[in-house]
Amino acid sequence: MKAQQIPGITAPRGNPTWAREYETILRAYEQAGGPAAALRSGRVAAVVVSANRVLGVVTVPGVTINAKPLPDGVQAQIVVAPGVRLERPVHLCFGMIAETGVQRIVADYEIGAGSQVEFLAHCTFPNARDLRHIMDATVRVGADAQLRYTEAHYHGPHGGVFVEARAGVTVGAGGRYFSTFSLVHGRVGRLLIDYTADVDASGVVDLTSMVYGAGDDDIEVRETVRLNGEKARGLAKTRIAVRDRARSRVFTTAEGNAPGTRGHMDCAEIVRGDAVAENVPTVIVRSDEAHVTHEAAIGSVNRKELETLMARGLDEDTAVDVIIRGMLGGLSG
Amino acid sequence: MPSGDILLDVQGVSLTREGRAILSNVNLSVLAGEIHALLGVNGSGKSSLAYAIMGCEDYLPDTGRILFAGRDISDLPMHERARLGLTLAWQEPARFEGLPVGDYLTLGRPTISREELWEALHAVALDPAAYLPRPVDRTLSGGERKRIELAAVYAMRPRLAILDEPDSGVDVLSFSDIQTLVQRMARSGCAVLLITHRNDMAAIADRASVMNAGTIILTGAPEEARRVYTELRG
Repeated sequence: MKAQQIPGITAPRGNPTWAREYETILRAYEQAGGPAAALRSGRVAAVVVSANRVLGVVTVPGVTINAKPLPDGVQAQIVVAPGVRLERPVHLCFGMIAETGVQRIVADYEIGAGSQVEFLAHCTFPNARDLRHIMDATVRVGADAQLRYTEAHYHGPHGGVFVEARAGVTVGAGGRYFSTFSLVHGRVGRLLIDYTADVDASGVVDLTSMVYGAGDDDIEVRETVRLNGEKARGLAKTRIAVRDRARSRVFTTAEGNAPGTRGHMDCAEIVRGDAVAENVPTVIVRSDEAHVTHEAAIGSVNRKELETLMARGLDEDTAVDVIIRGMLGGLSG
Repeated sequence: MPSGDILLDVQGVSLTREGRAILSNVNLSVLAGEIHALLGVNGSGKSSLAYAIMGCEDYLPDTGRILFAGRDISDLPMHERARLGLTLAWQEPARFEGLPVGDYLTLGRPTISREELWEALHAVALDPAAYLPRPVDRTLSGGERKRIELAAVYAMRPRLAILDEPDSGVDVLSFSDIQTLVQRMARSGCAVLLITHRNDMAAIADRASVMNAGTIILTGAPEEARRVYTELRG
């Protein structure tokens, strides 16, 4: 394992300004729930990006990371060699400390056949007031490979971020891709998630999005799962809570395009105050041996859940918060 | 053991929903530390009375009042009644996505120790190591969920626990296990209002009441209540 020198970039320790930025972005990463200690240890594969500066890259055997600056962001390519099984996750830390600006991340992930890896991505914009973050990712999960991709965002208290997160995912035969996107602390601002997954025979894809909107936050989630190969399976799961005047729109599509495919869409949205939630599921089946289902529950907090917690002594607001936090991935934090 | 002091005093409570009388002039008292069985057939109003005592939405009485430890709680919201030491175990408990059993059991008493958490799960014959991290969600069977509800009430150490049909839908936990749990709660100083339609469940009660058509028709010794209830069922 070694710290990789990026062409044209001095390592953070050689540049006091960058070193300070590196530390600042790591602190923001930590505030957003990221394990900064793991990054500092140098024992995990990692990329640390602030605005369009690649502040640090660490590789481990079997993982190649190339990152280069763009005028408005960074282009990154991560290749996991076939058969590689990593014990520790690969950490991706993207962020901006500034209040305004644009960050565009063009990412390409190649997960070699038979490999098994986990990526932990944290995107932090703690001071954002008028900031745009664009993630344009291509993910290729090879045959019989497995990728767990967990992405957590923190946009700060002002709601001044517009995030566009797009990903095109292909899962090879027998491959498995599990993705979790969460933005449950601080404000959202404007968020567009647009993921499409194409799944080959016996492959599995599981897309989960969890977002908590407040104020005048605006959330749009678009997830499409195309089950193209025989016995492919897919789940698109959305958990959203909106309060105040926040808006959420969820468009999920599941296609059963081959015999034996199994798809399911599961959407739960809790609405409080003057918030509005919308869910539009689309089911397309092109094989008489495919099976695709959807379920959606949108509205107020379940009265029985609420009263059960109130019977334990929680006031209504606290009980609602417990229910929402549980739905959005647990009470921790 | 019951102290003789009245802990819960339901005085002349009536409740109408959608034009139908659900509770009619209900009078019921539960003594501190006693096990009080409430017998009645399905639809007699037992659960509705429990919801009214707890203060559930849509179950606020039209007339009458409810006293707890001498205080009129008729206008208190649920959580304030709970903070006075009153709680309810639902017949069909709610499920919570993403909420671990350990956290669920802690909500009612944040100061609970790890040993007490384990004891609460042991009391309902669940392995704490296996169940504490599990979510209280759809992955639990109905019986498991029911046992966790009883454990949550036990862990809370309330002054009065209303147990609504604790014996229904519990798969592994036997009838005698539930009786043991109720007696254990009573020994710890918790009064229990034990709602049941099973005559034999009332055998462990200090006193019992019989409910029929939305009103209490008898309160007395368990043997007498069981006899009346048997006659009522025909």
